[in-house]
Amino acid sequence: MIKGISKMRLITALIVSIIFFGSTGLGFAADTIKLGIAGAHSGDLASYGIPSIKAAELVVKEINEKGGILGKKVEILAEDDVCKPEVATNTATKLVSEGANVVLGHICSGATKAALGIYKDSKIIAMSPSATNPALTQSGEYPNFYRTIASDDAQARLEVDFATNVLKVKKIAVLHDKGDYGKGLAEFAKGFIENSGGKAKVVLFEGVTPGAVDYSAIVQKIKKSGADAVIFGGYHPEASKIVMQMRKKRMKTILISDDGVKDDTFIKVAGEYAEGVYATGPKDVSSNPLAIKATEDHKKAYGSDPGAFFLNAYAAAQALLNAIQKAGSTDYDAIAKALKTEYVDTPLGKIKFDDRGDAIGVGFAMYQVRKGAYAEVK
Amino acid sequence: MNLFPELRKSFIASLWFMFLTFPIMVIRVNTIENIVEWRWMNLVFVGIGSFFLSWLWRYLLSRKEMGVNKKTDDQDRTSLVSRLMKNKQLIIPAAALLAIFTIIFPHIFSTYQTSIMITALIYVMLGLGLNIVVGLAGLLDLGYVAFYAVGAYAYGLLNYHFGLGFWTALPVGAALGALFGILLGFPVLRLRGDYLAIVTLGFGEIIRLILENWNEFSFGPSGIANIPRPSFFGMDLSIQWATVYIYYIVIGICCITIVIVGRLQDSRIGRAWIALREDEIACQAMGIDKARTKLNAFALGATWAGMAGVVFAAKTTFINPASFTIWESIIILCIVVLGGMGSVVGVVSGALVLILLPEYLRAFSEYRLLIFGAILIFMMVFRPGGIVSDVRRVYRFESSAMDDKPQEYS
Amino acid sequence: MNYFLEIFLGGLTRGSIYALIALGYTMVYGIIELINFAHGEIYMIGAFTALIVASVLTLLGFNTLSVFILALVLAVIYSCCYAFTMEKIAYKPLRQAPRLSALISAIGMSLFLQNYVLLAQTSDFLPFPRLIPDFDFMEPYAHIITTQEAVILITTAIFMTILTIFIKFTRMGKAMRATSQDKVMAALTGIDVNRVISFTFIVGAAAAAVGGVLIASHIGMINFYIGFIAGIKAFVAAVLGGIGSIPGAVLGSFVLGWTESFCTGYVSSDYEDVFAFLFLVLILIFRPAGILGRSESNKV
Repeated sequence: MIKGISKMRLITALIVSIIFFGSTGLGFAADTIKLGIAGAHSGDLASYGIPSIKAAELVVKEINEKGGILGKKVEILAEDDVCKPEVATNTATKLVSEGANVVLGHICSGATKAALGIYKDSKIIAMSPSATNPALTQSGEYPNFYRTIASDDAQARLEVDFATNVLKVKKIAVLHDKGDYGKGLAEFAKGFIENSGGKAKVVLFEGVTPGAVDYSAIVQKIKKSGADAVIFGGYHPEASKIVMQMRKKRMKTILISDDGVKDDTFIKVAGEYAEGVYATGPKDVSSNPLAIKATEDHKKAYGSDPGAFFLNAYAAAQALLNAIQKAGSTDYDAIAKALKTEYVDTPLGKIKFDDRGDAIGVGFAMYQVRKGAYAEVK
Repeated sequence: MNLFPELRKSFIASLWFMFLTFPIMVIRVNTIENIVEWRWMNLVFVGIGSFFLSWLWRYLLSRKEMGVNKKTDDQDRTSLVSRLMKNKQLIIPAAALLAIFTIIFPHIFSTYQTSIMITALIYVMLGLGLNIVVGLAGLLDLGYVAFYAVGAYAYGLLNYHFGLGFWTALPVGAALGALFGILLGFPVLRLRGDYLAIVTLGFGEIIRLILENWNEFSFGPSGIANIPRPSFFGMDLSIQWATVYIYYIVIGICCITIVIVGRLQDSRIGRAWIALREDEIACQAMGIDKARTKLNAFALGATWAGMAGVVFAAKTTFINPASFTIWESIIILCIVVLGGMGSVVGVVSGALVLILLPEYLRAFSEYRLLIFGAILIFMMVFRPGGIVSDVRRVYRFESSAMDDKPQEYS
Repeated sequence: MNYFLEIFLGGLTRGSIYALIALGYTMVYGIIELINFAHGEIYMIGAFTALIVASVLTLLGFNTLSVFILALVLAVIYSCCYAFTMEKIAYKPLRQAPRLSALISAIGMSLFLQNYVLLAQTSDFLPFPRLIPDFDFMEPYAHIITTQEAVILITTAIFMTILTIFIKFTRMGKAMRATSQDKVMAALTGIDVNRVISFTFIVGAAAAAVGGVLIASHIGMINFYIGFIAGIKAFVAAVLGGIGSIPGAVLGSFVLGWTESFCTGYVSSDYEDVFAFLFLVLILIFRPAGILGRSESNKV
């Protein structure tokens, strides 16, 4: 009796599982253009990934209202990779399985690197609004990769030039947060300083432990090194902790940082201590009418100000869909050619892409915190 | 059932939780804009939710206690799966069905399904390896991910510098894993329990930090990219076929692992491990070399992690230290404990549940980890032995009524 | 010499921060031999409660001192309530279960609480108001030690003293010591073991909450993840000192704080944590039960 029931149960379970697994993998109709969006949509880095979904939703809504492209509606497939390389490969495979034509993403450089191989083999173009690792475009290993943000070395170059030529500091401490982004940037900065022909020298090069409860030891070390300026590669939580502890210890050392710090949260968190901090960030586009419109649309649709990389993602979505339109098909080579030849009007300005996949006309500018807001340093 | 006291208890619980969650659920402050948002609706949800949940909770708890008191036949207390396992008539067709299903799996499902199945199977390997250390030998290891990292970096670096292929790297990764296992094993021979846990945790972190900081050796946080997938007799496969191929490789390794771990469990070494777990002093008194047994466990456990690391690197084609954090160790430990310590079937099902569940819960991606945490607590409270608990042969002296109770082991 | 002193003080501050959290770990471990993984989360919840209370009260127009006191008191109350509830839900039903099950349950609790705060509040860092003002008389020494750091040091010292006296001389303290030695025997002598365990959780949570408020106002920002990071370090400190022993937890915290601080100051902060963990391994090799831990001889 018991035996019989168990057998039945086992077989039923098997059948159910087959149906369950099977149904998810099967069947899709090719009557829409599918725009895959991959990035961190949950977890601690979600605030960098979610704006790209919103940007794409706005762009797609506008295009669909005008009747779509090539007579087809555009459909969004958003998948989460929590910025982890091992999850990103699954995410990428899922997007490929679901028939994505182009992909907007990923958000983090590591995840992007892991996913690109899969897109490459499936002949899909990926465009990131935020992955700034130089190797992505410069190594030549990722021909299917494009981005609407400038790479880290451009940023480090600007920081070092600014420190040595404008501020004329002689001793620089280079710090980073041991992360992919921060450490890469810091290494470029160190290299540029060392090759600057003796204008300045690196007196300290170290990584701080992200999330540590206290940075007083490293701050004392900066003080001892006699640095006039600190170049920090990393994100705003660590930067604000460092600058707060420096100022509390009555140190006047200049802090120069990157676009991970050029975030209003930094000013709010560090408060009065943020005053005078320099940070590089994407060129100011607040006067661009398309940027104003995109921001307004976001406020109307979601009732809040757009988040990080929103405009970059907006531009990427526009560039990708425009390229499909111009190419007249979703063929890989045709889209690639259109991306490299056709200019497109985006909130970042008129852009097209160079042979390596970097956007032409997108760059960085230096900002300084003045009276509680970032202002461009001319 | 007495309705009124139950109602009252639930009501008190609901009031308590409304009080408890009040600041965090109801008030949201935006210190940046200086706005305070009051979300009174949440309080109502918490109240209603905790009212019913506390009812359910008490019901399940009382049922669990009744289950313990009402001591019936042994057979009922072992789980369904382990009962099925004993049934020869059933096990053969079931195993055959399972084998066929496993073999045709990548051909009936999409590449995505195959891909996440590979991930889950890698965790099966990791779980089985850790099971040797934690489940059998009873050594709590919180730094198991270090060996996984060693395997992954062994393949990544050997391939980068010397162009070594997957099949050469696999044994090398395994050997390096074992070597590191012994390296970790030596200093911790004298440690016990939680001291061991913290030292292994430290070891895992040390390996990760070295990989992160020593750029000349490991390329630092930016990791190693473009690690080749295994080639099929010299042919480079397309992504779909490479995925299928890796799937079969992992299935193969998993089967071998299961067989070896199963054989080990019943071998002299396996018995020594279990003896060590149950009582170190008694085990030594029986003439078992404690140091050697412990080192064996660490080395063999780490071997599978090393292999899993190589497969992982080949599958993702990109590795960086961020994949080897302490959370990874914790998840592997959860697989072993949730699945059922010491039981192979348990570990396999634990890995499949814990890794596939979050993938299918993508729709609730925000709530994924919240649910995951709740499931861990729930499972441990109501089934502390795991999904499939280890069944050991219990020899009983039939005539005595006193010894009727099967031994408890922790 | 001045540099040495600064680094030394930096390590001391760090150590006192760890000590406030490590206390809870060591007390709970001493009583029920459980690594309470979710203890760091209690500290995080304390900090969040204080932030919420302080923001609301500031908007209502209270003055700084009353905001500070009320935020601290409410943070302590809420943290204690959370710890109490946590024990009842996730640990009490597991008293008889294998120890690893309780550990997994604690990990589940930690994940749950982290994500609960993440979902109910935000994933971003929130600026934490400076509840402790800079005192004027501290100004000449500000480049060496700031007011916040001094307050943290003094609070830790006071907490330790009170706790030690409490455990040594009060009825409850004696009951706690008895329970930690033998639960069954303690129950036989008329001690309400459940109450003692709940009480231990509450005292640990109170220390963590005070720590949460002080540390958050020292760092100036919080998010849902601070508990986990600080928790791991505090746990290391507790084991280093000999888990289960209260003076051990304090000593372990200072040793850990100094190790990290001096490593950063004289070697490199790149390998700060590597040194901390290596040091831990070294100490445990020579003293397998931690610096002040009693190495029990196992009887058969």
